[in-house]
Amino acid sequence: MSETLLKIIFGRLSWESFPIHEPILLITFAVVVTLGAVVVGAVTKFGLWAWLWRDWFTSVDHKKIGIMYIILGIVMLLRGFADALMMRAQQAIAFGANQGYLNSHHYDQIFTAHGTIMIFFVAIPLIVGLVNFVMPLQIGARDVAFPYLNNLSFWLTVAGALLTMVSLFVGEFSRAGWLNYVPVSNLQNSPDTGPDYYLWALQIAGVGTTLSSINMVTTIIKMRAPGMTMMKMPVFCWTALCSNVLAIAIFPVLTGAFALLLLDRNVGTNFFTNDLGGNPMMYWNLVWIWGHPEVYVLVLPVFGIYSEITATFSGKPLFGYSSMVYATVVITILSYLVWLHHFFTMGSGASVNSFFGIATMVIAIPTGAKIFNWLFTMYRGQIRFELPMMWVVAFMLTFVVGGMTGVLLAVPPADFVLHNSLFLVAHFHNVIIGGVVFGLFAGMTYWFPKAFGFKLDPFWGKVAFWGWVVGYWIAWTPIYIVGLMGTTRRVHHFDDPTLQPWFIIAAIGALIILIGILGFVMSIVMGIVRREQYRDLTGDPWGGRTLEWSTSSPPPAYNFAFTPVVHKLDAWHDMKARGHQRPTGGYRRIHMPRNTGAGVIISALALALGFGMVWYIWWLAAVSFVALLAVAIGHSFNYDRDYFIPPDEVARAERTDLAPVGA
Amino acid sequence: MDSVTTTAFPADEPIFYLTDADEHGAGATMLGFWIYLMSDALIFATLFATFGVLSTSYAGGPSPREIFELPLVALNTALLLVSSITYGMAMIEMESGRIRAVQAWLAVTALFGFAFVGVELHEFAGLIAEGATPQRSAFLSAFFTLVATHGLHVTFGLVWIAVMLVQVGQRGLIEENKRRLMCLGMFWHLLDVVWIGVFTFVYLLGVLR
Amino acid sequence: MLLAAGTLALGACQRAVLNPAGDIALQQRNIIYASTGLMLLIIVPVLILIVVFAWHYRATNRAATYDPDFHHSASLELFIWSAPLLIIICLGALTWSSTHLLDPFRPIDKVAGQALDPKVRPLHIQVVSLDWKWLFIYPEQGIATVNELALPVNRAVRFDITSTNMMNTFYAPTLAGMIYAMPGMQSTLHAVLNRPGEYEGFSANYSGAGFSDMRFKLRGMDQAGFDRWVTEAKGSRRSLATADYLALVRPSEKVPAMRFATVQPGLFDRIVNRCAIPGTPCMKDVMAHDGAGGGMMPPANGSIPAPGAKPDGALFKRPHDIAPGPNVTKPRQPGAPGTTDPASPRNRDLSQRFPMTATLQA
Repeated sequence: MSETLLKIIFGRLSWESFPIHEPILLITFAVVVTLGAVVVGAVTKFGLWAWLWRDWFTSVDHKKIGIMYIILGIVMLLRGFADALMMRAQQAIAFGANQGYLNSHHYDQIFTAHGTIMIFFVAIPLIVGLVNFVMPLQIGARDVAFPYLNNLSFWLTVAGALLTMVSLFVGEFSRAGWLNYVPVSNLQNSPDTGPDYYLWALQIAGVGTTLSSINMVTTIIKMRAPGMTMMKMPVFCWTALCSNVLAIAIFPVLTGAFALLLLDRNVGTNFFTNDLGGNPMMYWNLVWIWGHPEVYVLVLPVFGIYSEITATFSGKPLFGYSSMVYATVVITILSYLVWLHHFFTMGSGASVNSFFGIATMVIAIPTGAKIFNWLFTMYRGQIRFELPMMWVVAFMLTFVVGGMTGVLLAVPPADFVLHNSLFLVAHFHNVIIGGVVFGLFAGMTYWFPKAFGFKLDPFWGKVAFWGWVVGYWIAWTPIYIVGLMGTTRRVHHFDDPTLQPWFIIAAIGALIILIGILGFVMSIVMGIVRREQYRDLTGDPWGGRTLEWSTSSPPPAYNFAFTPVVHKLDAWHDMKARGHQRPTGGYRRIHMPRNTGAGVIISALALALGFGMVWYIWWLAAVSFVALLAVAIGHSFNYDRDYFIPPDEVARAERTDLAPVGA
Repeated sequence: MDSVTTTAFPADEPIFYLTDADEHGAGATMLGFWIYLMSDALIFATLFATFGVLSTSYAGGPSPREIFELPLVALNTALLLVSSITYGMAMIEMESGRIRAVQAWLAVTALFGFAFVGVELHEFAGLIAEGATPQRSAFLSAFFTLVATHGLHVTFGLVWIAVMLVQVGQRGLIEENKRRLMCLGMFWHLLDVVWIGVFTFVYLLGVLR
Repeated sequence: MLLAAGTLALGACQRAVLNPAGDIALQQRNIIYASTGLMLLIIVPVLILIVVFAWHYRATNRAATYDPDFHHSASLELFIWSAPLLIIICLGALTWSSTHLLDPFRPIDKVAGQALDPKVRPLHIQVVSLDWKWLFIYPEQGIATVNELALPVNRAVRFDITSTNMMNTFYAPTLAGMIYAMPGMQSTLHAVLNRPGEYEGFSANYSGAGFSDMRFKLRGMDQAGFDRWVTEAKGSRRSLATADYLALVRPSEKVPAMRFATVQPGLFDRIVNRCAIPGTPCMKDVMAHDGAGGGMMPPANGSIPAPGAKPDGALFKRPHDIAPGPNVTKPRQPGAPGTTDPASPRNRDLSQRFPMTATLQA
């Protein structure tokens, strides 16, 4: 076959694209294939494919989609953390004559992949998953506003994650940092597949995230239970609302910036080039207009989680509910006005820098108010130190320090010496691990019994807790210190041997965090093994205050046989306090959305489209694009999208699912 | 622990559950679609901002005055504005439930849309033939991207109109189809608004300065 | 807590950020201390309160008051908003004044409290970040160096900074804060070194494969020593004419320090204007032409690359022009030739196609 024909069929894909010379990747590949084969084999052996497809993959049930998002997040956490361990190992040994075991080419891919995966495919799916699962239950809704869109959003996120994972074994991932900075990612400087993988993976996943946010905002605005005014809404829903509004406001900017860079790479335009009028700084501005608010997209719902947990385990309403809501809204607005603090050192002038620096510090005021609110929620409470509450206290102690170093970095003259240093890296890991990750573990531990009807194993849960908390401090304190010594980030080899002890301590800390991660996985496994022991039949294992605890665990597909009516904040606590019992008869038929496979198919086609574009396989890209449109249009011809659960079936479900609630 | 709360009971027992069938979430589709349009508008805002930054980065290449043909653009503007009016006619007919009339007005709208896209492609072909390609300068990159993104939206709208023509033909003006026509209408009018921005900031300001 | 521990650990070491040899870096360090101290005023009590409340109000402590309805207090809420507000007001004032005082564009008028003689012009040094090394041009002395920066102590210095391709930051922690080096743009840093000695400088912004080793030695010496150093450099056999520059600009890693006895005049200006390659038009001329028509925004970056230097967009490649996408993470062979063979592909993993390379090889 002629060379040209091969290029038309396979684009730039060739035997060289597979890393058969790279032992690390080969072993990883072997492990992934083996594990994959085991899973596929088991599913086939037990004949679970039909069940998976019918009950999970095509499900439009917000609870199942939420759980699938969380599974995706945990799987990708393992990948992202493997990258972290590799970086820590490299930096612990690569001093002086020792070049370490990774060359810069490989190391640069790893830190890029680590950042990209941790934010886009771990933090976002975990948060979207929790919001998906919890929020409709908290507002007393039967599902989200657009159940099919929810399924599509999830599978688009999966397609993006898969495309990122494919880059591990076919070609290469980007080496341009987690935001794929120009000029490194320009076509001139990176003609390889890396930036294309990055851009297509995130464009596909980004569409999913935007659609999901539109869905969540519409759900919160339109589908609250009767009586639940905005100021009677649980704080978690408020933070979810603000976070998703913010996401809708910023993701289009990221999509736009990535589209322009794709045009630069594929069409040869001059948006971010060094010549012909292009402006690389514009890319930095656009991605950080997305990037800084994104921090709050992640952390706001987590603040909501902490609020719910603190109130529940202190046995008190949240202190200063309205000031908490205002603080959330203020943070939402301010977060849009601070992006320039990511590049004070670009030389924007003292007045511009001062403005953005002070705007950044102002965010510390509502955030500080939130800390005080949690503090005074604990005040005069009866605090039960179960696992979720332990995470809250660890969060408060850790996050306050991260907040302080963040404000320090917002002072431009301080930033001039600390920018891009490991101090900065330690700071954002301090707020993201100490804030977002701790909160996600708190939330997953807290709502797990709601989702499955039994609690996580407490022993392994404590292993996870101590592994993460102790590991965090051991891993990141030395990084703060070497940052203050003037060590910069993204370096794969050091000359100065006196730094080495700090990096060895950091690597040990990372290993302790590994214990934490494995502990969490074990707490799920052992929870399942001992599920009869940890079973909760009440539906309200923690003495909760919000509506999700008023239904059974796991909730029926329709969530609530009767739509709850809300009179006060903490509606479920109100019902319990007034001794209200749920009606146990007189059920009516329930209107439900029907499952659909369109989301899976469209996302698979999007994955093929992305792969074709990355590898210049134009026919594949064209065919999958046309097919994608055809499936989407074809789906719109399906008008039969809902059905009714008849009353007797509801009655049967209520009797088997529900033990007496609220006893 | 829960019993400690000392809430005064209201005189009459409050209702905690709706025992009659209920549907909440009425009007969610329109709100959701409107939010989507806002996010789309933000993509355009990003492109407008980019164009603003790069609008004089000619890199020695042609400037707007040398390449823009205002009469052609004015014709295009008229085509798109008229298509919005014809879409409005379709909506009026929808209210009175006349399927044929709705289809006819949709077809007229689509014709104007086609003409708009055709004129735009003609303009692009002319520019590229003159050497004013998107690769020539940042100004041209930003110009082509902004205008072509709008053009792609119009093209997508045309596909949607075609789908609606078939669906209205198949099932008539049922509730779902009315809702879809409303959404399509919002989409189509938004493209008008965006085009007015393009016409003013890209073409008029480009030629006037 | 953490910072205190960190500071203690650092007390013994001679570390650049916390014990700098330059007045600007020293003032920046003092701001780190001042703002940290200011914030600790609120952070420490909060940390203590968290522990105290968590311990005292534990469910098993029956002695603690339990007030399940306590969820609002106007005075407390006033306090929890105003306490952080007060700290931020103080910190904001500090930020505003220090940002203006330590603006890198602002010439230095005082060194260690002593006013400088306004008639003595600062030493002028032009800094260019190449892939992946630093070029320092001393226009007044007529010499240039690679990866070696010598400064006379207690003399104000003005750095003009640009880049050829990647974005780097010029950073010598002991001297002053960092500032970006950007292609087609010029940034400025004013600084002064107060202690003689040998220090480290580097790029603090990731810029591709050779970034980790993009380091330079910063030598602080007295005026006599500096003069001697200049004389030595002038004795070097190397010179930096156009052809030498074009060879130097090609990507290379781990480049040893080099000195050039002469520099072609106006080189920095042509690098900023992206016309160092003979035959390419200078950006400022192009933009003067562009700007003639007027407009809201000033034209920017209007440089024109050498013919054939800009790659085609992927969609416009003919099938046989599509280069394969290899996976090249395999370990490099040891001993990359570096400057002895700057064009060797073994010098870099980033498959860079810089215009100047293409021109030179043609």
